[in-house]
Amino acid sequence: MACSATAQIIQPLSINSARSVDNSGACTKILSPSSFLGSTPRINKKLFAVNKSISSLARRPTIVFAVSSDVVKEKKLKSNSSLSNLLITKEEGLELYEDMYLGRAFEDMCAQMYYRGKMFGFVHLYNGQEAVSTGFIKLLKKEDCVVSTYRDHVHSLSKGVPAREVMSELFGKTTGCCRGQGGSMHMFSKEHNVLGGFAFIGEGIPVATGAAFTSKYKREVFKEDCDEVTLAFFGDGTCNNGQFFECLNMAALWKLPIVFVVENNLWAIGMSHVRATSDPQIWKKGPAFGMPGVHVDGMDVLKVREVAKEAIGRARRGEGPTLVECETYRFRGHSLADPDELRDPAEKAHYATRDPITALKKYIAENKLASEAELKAIDKKIDELVEDAVEFADRSPVPARNQLLENVFADPRGFGIGPDGKYRCEDPKFTEGTAQV
Amino acid sequence: MLGVIRQRVTCRGIPTLTLEQGMRVVASRTFSSSAKEITVREALNSALDEEMSADPRVFLMGEEVGEYQGAYKISKGLLEKYGPDRVVDTPITEAGFTGIGVGAAYYGLKPVIEFMTFNFSMQAIDHIINSAAKSNYMSAGQISVPIVFRGPNGAAAGVGAQHSQCYAAWYGSIPGLKVLAPYSSEDARGLLKAAIRDPDPVVFLENELLYGESFPISAETLDSSFSLPIGKAKIEREGKDVTITAFSKMVGYALQAAGILAKEGISAEVINLRSIRPLDRSTINASVRKTNRLVTVEEGFPQHGVGAEICASVLEDSFEYLDAPVERIAGADVPMPYAANLERMAVPQQRGLATDQVHWPQLPKRYKELKLTKINL
Repeated sequence: MACSATAQIIQPLSINSARSVDNSGACTKILSPSSFLGSTPRINKKLFAVNKSISSLARRPTIVFAVSSDVVKEKKLKSNSSLSNLLITKEEGLELYEDMYLGRAFEDMCAQMYYRGKMFGFVHLYNGQEAVSTGFIKLLKKEDCVVSTYRDHVHSLSKGVPAREVMSELFGKTTGCCRGQGGSMHMFSKEHNVLGGFAFIGEGIPVATGAAFTSKYKREVFKEDCDEVTLAFFGDGTCNNGQFFECLNMAALWKLPIVFVVENNLWAIGMSHVRATSDPQIWKKGPAFGMPGVHVDGMDVLKVREVAKEAIGRARRGEGPTLVECETYRFRGHSLADPDELRDPAEKAHYATRDPITALKKYIAENKLASEAELKAIDKKIDELVEDAVEFADRSPVPARNQLLENVFADPRGFGIGPDGKYRCEDPKFTEGTAQV
Repeated sequence: MLGVIRQRVTCRGIPTLTLEQGMRVVASRTFSSSAKEITVREALNSALDEEMSADPRVFLMGEEVGEYQGAYKISKGLLEKYGPDRVVDTPITEAGFTGIGVGAAYYGLKPVIEFMTFNFSMQAIDHIINSAAKSNYMSAGQISVPIVFRGPNGAAAGVGAQHSQCYAAWYGSIPGLKVLAPYSSEDARGLLKAAIRDPDPVVFLENELLYGESFPISAETLDSSFSLPIGKAKIEREGKDVTITAFSKMVGYALQAAGILAKEGISAEVINLRSIRPLDRSTINASVRKTNRLVTVEEGFPQHGVGAEICASVLEDSFEYLDAPVERIAGADVPMPYAANLERMAVPQQRGLATDQVHWPQLPKRYKELKLTKINL
């Protein structure tokens, strides 16, 4: 599989023509519904080259374009990559491999721990989608923000939250990244700028847009040299939600530095994407709001990385938001409680052969970036790291009883006034807890 | 026929002046040693102005806050002064822009989100509660959300069922939110400044009909560092026979009723709650222990209302001191009707229902016995 980024440029659609027949015809010809599952051949390599000419069109906001980056079928193995124009260096390759393997090993361990009763509640695993998280997040700086959904373990790990902290949080221990108060679906880290972790789908999108608003505000009002970018990760089901459209509108209106990353894994619990959506091609919804919409094969980390570079670069330069649709697949059910009966085993088998980690491994091997031994060493290191995380979480203490009432407010005067007329937080016995638990 | 009553009350030894006004407001003059009067609208505007100039992280976002100068002109002049980066006109997307405000607060700014009325906040309630109120707890203190949600709350005049609900009880039940309900100009200024400076999410429930009312104000209140503590109620009028608790517009009605009761020899203590969450239980209980009777007044729906919480609190803490069951006065248990006479009957009134001798089963029992509604001015 040639892991090179490819793109196909559809001729600019003028908004004023409101989907005139010939334009939309051109669209459907090039991208028929079957191509949705990633089988259309690429046409040319320029991905965002048009971008540079578009900036001169900035005065003409009515013209937008849709860009689609396509999957190359395995059979059409056009190895454009020779040793001299590889997409990644050895260090980058190993970094990507390590991050994806960490995500996979961690999630597999979560499943084990859940079935052993150490983890409880709702746990949503990310197996199969690692390419999206790694492809995007490894391009970010520490100050950039990531906002995710309930499937947030791997986003947090990629962003830099230590595996020990994430595992403890899942076990509900006080050493977790949120001291056990958040849980699987609410991973927050101020240090690494992971702004959650939201259980409601669509809830994270406006929050991410707000963080991007802050970046812009810092530039415009504080006159700081701020080019922080925010990434919002969400799924295909969310793309039918009102908040998604509201934020696409406002982000494009105010040119916020945000990238909307759709992890289209084709299923929302048991609801298939095509059954739920009038127009299943999500990338097309970007141009309707005035931002580029890009479709990329989310099982190929290098392609995702190329698209991500452009989208994040666009946001950093102040050119506004991008909508990136990553077509990917989750190997497990929606959550560990989901029996996963509605998905066709043939479909699962098909995607299992396109495992992103195996693909990257193959790429590294074919292009002789690293040896088998080096990759195995990384595997071993990560396995040990995950084991250590489990042991750490196991031996960590559960939260103390007084932790129940803590952190409701940043300003503890919010606990109100005690019976003696003074603020409760000033009471020396305050942290002993006043609730009868 | 409107009556204007002038009271001079003392509150904790500090002489203050309170002014009660009739229902259809005609600004009436009163005389005091501190002399200046401002409307609630001016108080809110000046508070926003001062906080925005003191801290560049504060910005205002909402529908019509900029070029329209505010749907109720609360943000008049702010766009000119601070520019469109800090006074942001939004499209009609409550869920979207409330979430944007929350995200901006997560990442370091101090937004003030204006809802045209709190009825529209229902479109954004997921963000107010799930993203804002719960975040400090879920992140174990890492992410605090210094945001203020403000706007008019409760019934206005003839706006119908979907624009007249009072949200004090709904927001007041959420741990992680602070809920404030100012009455006078001093309350409005002090509490809004405290809310903007507070590092936690604050729901600031104003009242549209109070915007135009003037209240006398002291020089100290006009100082730019003035603020009121969150979580403390104010005893507007001291008394010894019965305690009346109220918030927002009902404080005015309660004060008026207290004046009339005084003529009949009943001395009523009126408490202006100011803060619905945290509720100042100690002040309320101390007052009930003194007077031994309690009447709670609110404009919202009776079931699970603010009055219900106050009753429960008093029963828990001061049961032996009560000489009579607690009485709740609330709005009628119906969506707000449009017809003017029905609307009058659906909220507690200063004017009496005495002429409408009809039994209304939805109204709390013994409603009429308390004279609050039987007053014919």
